[in-house]
Amino acid sequence: MMRKLKTFRGGLHPPEHKERTARLPIEDCPLPEELVIPLSQHIGAPAEVCVAKGDKVSRGQLIGRARGFVSVPVHASTSGEVLAVEPRPHPSGKWLPAVVLRPDGADAWGEAPTPVDHRELAPEQLRELIRSAGVVGLGGAAFPTHVKLSPPPEKPIHTLLINGVECEPYLTADHRLMLEESARILTGIDILRRVLGARRVCIGIEANKPDAIAHLDEVCRGTEVEVAALAVKYPQGAEKQLIAALVGREVPSGGLPMDLGVVVHNVGTAAAVADAVAQGMPLIERVTTLTGPALVQPKNLRVRIGTPLRHLVEVCGGLKVDLAKIICGGPMMGAAQLSLEVPVVRGTSGVLLLGEDDKAARAEGACIRCGRCVRACPSSILPTTIAAYARLDRFEDAERFRAMDCIECGCCSYSCPAAIPLVQAVRHAKAAILARRRKL
Amino acid sequence: MIEAVLSIGGIGLTAAVALGLAAKKFAVEVDPRELAVLEALPGANCGACGFPGCGGFAKALVEGKANPNACTPGGQGTVEKIAHILGIAAVAADPRVAVVLCQGDNRQAALKYRYVGMGDCNAAQRLAEGPKQCPGGCLGLGSCARICPFGAIEITDEGLAVISRELCTGCTKCVAACPRNVIRMTPLSASVHVLCNSHDKGAQVRKYCAVGCIACHICAKTVPGAYVIEEFLARVIYEHHQEAGAAVEKCPTHCIRDFARGYPPGSRFAAPTVPVGGKSAA
Repeated sequence: MMRKLKTFRGGLHPPEHKERTARLPIEDCPLPEELVIPLSQHIGAPAEVCVAKGDKVSRGQLIGRARGFVSVPVHASTSGEVLAVEPRPHPSGKWLPAVVLRPDGADAWGEAPTPVDHRELAPEQLRELIRSAGVVGLGGAAFPTHVKLSPPPEKPIHTLLINGVECEPYLTADHRLMLEESARILTGIDILRRVLGARRVCIGIEANKPDAIAHLDEVCRGTEVEVAALAVKYPQGAEKQLIAALVGREVPSGGLPMDLGVVVHNVGTAAAVADAVAQGMPLIERVTTLTGPALVQPKNLRVRIGTPLRHLVEVCGGLKVDLAKIICGGPMMGAAQLSLEVPVVRGTSGVLLLGEDDKAARAEGACIRCGRCVRACPSSILPTTIAAYARLDRFEDAERFRAMDCIECGCCSYSCPAAIPLVQAVRHAKAAILARRRKL
Repeated sequence: MIEAVLSIGGIGLTAAVALGLAAKKFAVEVDPRELAVLEALPGANCGACGFPGCGGFAKALVEGKANPNACTPGGQGTVEKIAHILGIAAVAADPRVAVVLCQGDNRQAALKYRYVGMGDCNAAQRLAEGPKQCPGGCLGLGSCARICPFGAIEITDEGLAVISRELCTGCTKCVAACPRNVIRMTPLSASVHVLCNSHDKGAQVRKYCAVGCIACHICAKTVPGAYVIEEFLARVIYEHHQEAGAAVEKCPTHCIRDFARGYPPGSRFAAPTVPVGGKSAA
């Protein structure tokens, strides 16, 4: 096995910090006293609420209807009473409409979920089951899965890539899922491949998870599913970088993976697809990693959607030190949170809790033209140039330097010795460019 | 030697004749009035008139497609000059200035989180709707000051944008640049303003700002015609701004300011002279 591992151009290798939770089996998180289930947990139009204050709902009951194609429904994570439908703190930092639910403890399904044999269903029926179960990409971006499963007829899909890379430091939820629940993942893969009609299926895993690679290799033996070990480098798990590593081709600027005949789904998404079809269960829970130096007992937890972070912290034995930073997702791309009142949503791949000593915030300095951000950029753009244009409000120039190709992985900011907020500036430019395109 | 002189001279002569002919043939007719109007305009190319720069505005004026008082930076003087050149009656300009309706700098207003990042209000606003607890307050990162073509906006050391009433020409560029909609165009003649932009209830405002409007209605009770309270926020009715000054002292949170008595604390602008007008009103 001295073969060189596959990878992409650029990127870097931040300290992994995965040792805290990598060996801890997934535990079921007990239900909190109150669930806050936001109606917007995916990219696209928020769901439209269809319950009211005082309603009794059962586990898995529809509480928000999808609005439009790029939208998915929202379901009750347990049985109980609707306390309110009102704006609540959301991981985006805003107050957004949410259904507040008080669990009744029975955790009872309305009608028992009906398992079906996916081999007897047509691709359209499978896609509809996935959509109505509210499945979105569980890697973090929460893009509705059925949209990625509906390529236009002129773009046939020949390759399905399954993302088990988990390149973000600290996070181990996908790692544990691959070790403990590979059967669900494989069922999901079979369903996804059936819907897409893909010939090649490949699971990509970073080489820092040898146990997961060995386990999946074993369970995939005899099937047509390949398992590929990838070089340990961030952002190996970004969609376009995974394609570059496993397919050897680059997604064109402004294009989508389906332009290459490729679709990428996360291992967690595959497991959720299996639940949606083979178990008839909507997406009401996910595996997430609770970790960070501020936490007494880090854990990998199976959490009901809508569980407030405060409850998770209690389940993990509380805090060792005063909290200085709460991050939903990984430290590279995750979003800082204002409080522990924020709930876990479908895209919450992890929760990272840091104390004052763990965050090294430096004062910003001047760019010394060292070019580290350029070398680290996996999209092969010039972060420093685009950021400079963004600061001058020269967004046309930023667009000319291909700001829109930025995947917001944060490698530039991470590598900058002058602590320039590069990725923030590029994101600012991207938002301004999009706003201008909408106006035109 | 002589050949050199002749050949260079010859080339020069031919080129001169060719240029002369080309200038005649491809001459672009310019209305002399357009040049005169362009001369009269301030030349800031700020775009406040809605035309691409002063040149575009001059052309539109001569073609009768624009209103002479669309040039806010020019003020009344420019309107009169343009009217004179074009031979039309001068319409009275309605001079307006931009005002930042907030006094909640970093000493007065509470923060939601510590912001470490790009010094741009729009970029900060994208992170959980800005680092200030107040949903409408000035973020003080200077997006307006950078875009102002007249240098009329300063950011105080405590992070508050203040607009000079002398330097502001009313071009409205800052209004468009502000993500919090805290900059408003107001009549230049009105010097009294309620410097608050939070529509939250009073109890809420008290929690995060020492100088916010708590909608107590004292101003409206003191001068009934000059103030209106809408959605928990007092506003001066600018048609009756002359009377508004009487309520300045009564406001319990001191969020009503008479600019004739000076700018908000921290500003380095000299207190405006009375009447609080720009160049045109002086």
